[in-house]
Amino acid sequence: MDDATRVFPRDPHWRAPDSSRVPFWAYTREDLYREELERFFYKGHWCYIGLEAEVPNPGDFRRSAVGERSVILVRDMDGAINVVENVCSHRGVRFCRERHGNRKDFLCPYHQWNFDLKGNLQGVPFRRGVKQDGKVNGGMPSDFRVEDHGLTKLKVAVRNGVVFASFDHDVEPLEDFLGPVILRYFDRVFDGRGLKVLGYRRQRIPGNWKLMQENIKDPYHPGLLHTWFSTFGLWRADNRSELKMDARHRHAAMISTRGTGGKVAEVVSGVDSFKEHMQLNDPRLLDIVPEPWWGGPTAVMTTVFPSLIIQQQVNSVSMRHIQPNGHGSFDFVWTHFAFDDDDEAMVQRRLIQANLFGPAGFVSADDGEVIEWSQESFEQKPFHRTLLEMGGRDTEDADHMVTETLIRGMYAYWREVMGETA
Amino acid sequence: MSGARTVGELDFATYFSLLNLYADYAVVVDSADWARWPEFFTEDGRYRLQPRENYEQGLPLCLLALESQAMIRDRVFGVKETMYHDPYYQRHIVGTPRVLAVEGERILAEANYAVIRTKLDGESTVFNAGFYRDEIVTTPGGLRFASRLCVYDSEMIANSLIYPI
Repeated sequence: MDDATRVFPRDPHWRAPDSSRVPFWAYTREDLYREELERFFYKGHWCYIGLEAEVPNPGDFRRSAVGERSVILVRDMDGAINVVENVCSHRGVRFCRERHGNRKDFLCPYHQWNFDLKGNLQGVPFRRGVKQDGKVNGGMPSDFRVEDHGLTKLKVAVRNGVVFASFDHDVEPLEDFLGPVILRYFDRVFDGRGLKVLGYRRQRIPGNWKLMQENIKDPYHPGLLHTWFSTFGLWRADNRSELKMDARHRHAAMISTRGTGGKVAEVVSGVDSFKEHMQLNDPRLLDIVPEPWWGGPTAVMTTVFPSLIIQQQVNSVSMRHIQPNGHGSFDFVWTHFAFDDDDEAMVQRRLIQANLFGPAGFVSADDGEVIEWSQESFEQKPFHRTLLEMGGRDTEDADHMVTETLIRGMYAYWREVMGETA
Repeated sequence: MSGARTVGELDFATYFSLLNLYADYAVVVDSADWARWPEFFTEDGRYRLQPRENYEQGLPLCLLALESQAMIRDRVFGVKETMYHDPYYQRHIVGTPRVLAVEGERILAEANYAVIRTKLDGESTVFNAGFYRDEIVTTPGGLRFASRLCVYDSEMIANSLIYPI
């Protein structure tokens, strides 16, 4: 049977001239998924690890992930930030089981191999054998060097309190990776101020990891799927907005300024989620106080490919970390934070506005749901494709949000790196 | 602390009301009768649903932090009218409340809970397990929550959480 007529194509290729139609199999193939881990998460890219504020003191550590690989963010006794892989160099044990803590060194319990906080192997029990009856039993070969058997150390970049790492020591500098446009939006949030971690939220979303990047590169949906955005004008087709990408179209910033909301026929007529008479019983849920550092826009959602979303939506700020586990599932870990110079009222405001976001959030819970529903369809008919033609078929920046250009841009980059080109 | 009573002095009628409060709450949140959920709280009553890791590290972030009965009503509106989600049934299994302290008209109590979620065409799975830690006050309408804190062990939420715990 011809591949073109099969529901499950045997040797599919993406040959279209543009990236406006994504094949369903791009979300379902285990071999492609492993190739994505290889090319995006483990090579040539910086992945998000955590915030320096999560490990303020020497010896503090916190487990994180790069792709599917468990890594440890740790501040060593000299105060430096290290990221090491959580795999013992002896027999591969994922030795660090706690999520966070404080340690002088790392110990693998299996054979008690011991590592300093930079990942160097310090000691191996019975390395020189065990003396018994005047004879030395066992021991490592004479050419065994502890220097050769440290933990895998990742290349680390810390910018204004945010820690990125890469298994690829030849990766370009973080600033070049982000590019000048995205760097500006990164520095808008992280300008060197001290950060205060407010806490975590975790969810396992049964969908391909790329769908979450797409969700935050898609300004078309928020004013439609999310009642709060459409009704209160937080994110809507009539808001002043800009969509910007790095030169390679992998990262993006969706920049928007809140409008007045209310009923504007062109953007809310026929929109099921728009609730004309909706009012909050407790206005504290949207007690928005503009902050000087916003510099105008009330929301900037930044996607850093492949692993991070930086959220600033009015007074709520968070890091959203994508940790894939298989082609059809990823863990989504939210770290909400405040700034050291916030007063108590601002911290409370950030905490209350956090009700909008996360796995139970008024405008976020539905994102996880629709991702699950997309993945279900991808699995059942991988020969089919999505349609991304809102605003055209190009991958240019835009000064409005009625477009899917950012997703097209991401797939143009994906195709280039994955070798799926016309 | 006039009127302070020890746990042992809590009269059975009050304890019986407390048992009913826990049982009635579970029935309401399992029955999709969301409009009745805020009625279990005083006007300034707070509802918080917090992952155990934040609770134990002293981090303030909750999954939901509803600071008044009015805010709880806003959540009801969200559940009923604004959030698109897969429909599901839920079933609370709530342990016997343990009274921690009695301070005048105020009772501090806690109970374990497990919530089983069943999606249409799906199996029943343990969705959220944790404990309630509650501050309960006597009102003319009966016992009400001045605060209900739900601390959950199930930190990795199975996609999304819509209905009240």
